[in-house]
Amino acid sequence: MYTKDGEQYFVVDAHTHFWDASPENWVEGQEEFAKGWIECFHAYQGLGPKETHWPIDRFQKYSEELMMHDLFEAGHVDKAIFQPTNLRQWYKNGFNTTEADGALAERHPGKFLVNTTFDPREGEEGLKAFEERVKRYGAKGVKLYTAEWRGDSRGWSLKDPEAARYLEKCEELGVKNVHVHKGPTIWPLDKDAFDVSDIDHVATNFQGLNFIVEHVGLPRIEDFCFMATQERNVYAGLAVVVGGLMHARPKFFAKVMGELMFWIGEDKLIFGADYAIWEPKWQVEGFVDWNMPEDAELSDFAPLTVAQKKKILGLNAARLYDIEVPPELRLEQETEVEPVGVQQP
Amino acid sequence: MTVVAAVWSALRTVRDPELDEPLPDLGFVARCEVDPAGGARVELRLPTYFCAPNFAFLMVADAYDAVAGVRGVTRVEVVLLHHFAADVINRGVAAREGFVASFDGEAAGELDGLRADFVRKAVLAGTDRVCRALLAEGVDAARLPGLTLGDVPAGPDLDRLRRRRNELCLPAGDEDALLLDPVTALPITPSEAKRHLAFARLTRTSMEANSGVCRGMLRVRYPRIQEEENTG
Repeated sequence: MYTKDGEQYFVVDAHTHFWDASPENWVEGQEEFAKGWIECFHAYQGLGPKETHWPIDRFQKYSEELMMHDLFEAGHVDKAIFQPTNLRQWYKNGFNTTEADGALAERHPGKFLVNTTFDPREGEEGLKAFEERVKRYGAKGVKLYTAEWRGDSRGWSLKDPEAARYLEKCEELGVKNVHVHKGPTIWPLDKDAFDVSDIDHVATNFQGLNFIVEHVGLPRIEDFCFMATQERNVYAGLAVVVGGLMHARPKFFAKVMGELMFWIGEDKLIFGADYAIWEPKWQVEGFVDWNMPEDAELSDFAPLTVAQKKKILGLNAARLYDIEVPPELRLEQETEVEPVGVQQP
Repeated sequence: MTVVAAVWSALRTVRDPELDEPLPDLGFVARCEVDPAGGARVELRLPTYFCAPNFAFLMVADAYDAVAGVRGVTRVEVVLLHHFAADVINRGVAAREGFVASFDGEAAGELDGLRADFVRKAVLAGTDRVCRALLAEGVDAARLPGLTLGDVPAGPDLDRLRRRRNELCLPAGDEDALLLDPVTALPITPSEAKRHLAFARLTRTSMEANSGVCRGMLRVRYPRIQEEENTG
């Protein structure tokens, strides 16, 4: 919980990781990729305030104690949601697996929700293992990384018929929150790697599931917003928007927040700190302090209210994940608000 | 103009197709040299090891073509540095192979369609730039659908918008509509204008925010870049 100016904020960090990218965990022959991956993440950290930058060795592998401190002691987080990314092709024990996250979560009851993942290329066997993980860790969400390499394959699409079987299984098991990372090196390489049309497709076909597009489709915010205005069950994950822009590019942070409020609306924006790329402390405090600057270029956008910030920082995610919010931290009146947007003529 | 200066200005015509900005402005040209025999060597660098290989390929291939067209250049070498697909891209471009042949089995088509998609985005972003300037001058937003390119004050933003429209074979003369659909080339009607302009604004925000992230990442990856800036 974070308190500022007499207002109390219930904070759900909907995007966190416990990873091991240390050289001991690199797969032989894949060292270049394993190293390139974590260095790429580390460069993102460079977009945060200088005093929050870590040396690369700590960034490759950090301790459980440090994570607990950064999230719950210093970072104002009430609940954190693990979003796994396996990357077993490059990391021997995986990069950030359901199992590693789950083990940590079990040592700290009440602090975490454990999401799992699936990969439709694993077929029938994978489907069974997915069900076991969901039951074992009580997962209510999955994190999908469609760009993950596997053998010669450079990724998969949510439009694949095999993916539909897994999404049907999600509906059956009550795994209702599907987080999708849009990232590079997807196959086939000639297509736009950040294309969100596959989410459009499944959001229409699976009305009972919520699709949270992580990093709001950055760098294709326009495609994401266009798609999200047509699908009621599509949400925006703010990891990278807050961490990557609020400090480094404040003017674009204001513009992007303005656009997201305009097209997507206050009920569908979900905060995530994306630890350990960025620590939650400066993001939560900075976001509460932030508001739309007075600027002619931003005149289309209204300032954010305290209630809107409360929704974005935690109440929206709490609603998707059925997290119990203490009565004093709820809003007096829960009302759903339509985005301003512009209707089709 | 010396040959090396001519190579730099040729490189200024090469854009990151996604960001619609010249490579030297983005800091993507790490080195540019021409030896006495006219052999040009250009080294390119990108914000991350995993930047999308399709866009990387386009930039390396475009840089090769631009430099090869410079008078006095007898041999061209364009090398992408520190990228997971650098070897494949450098070899493919040097051999004048297309994208599909370079990435054997991993790509189903060439990149023309992808490039056109991004020029359309550049047209929308450019539309927002010139329209904002008009609104700032007091033009009523409701009048925009009735205006032509000739009604827009001259300047670099208008020139850029015309060039992008020309690239897509969209009408770009003084008498042509200011607002048009970059896919169908049809003028935007008054009832569609509000939504069109909102998407133009959103597209510009997206491209500029993306550019901001890329510049920031490049500086973290190559900390010396700040001192190098504005050289060449």
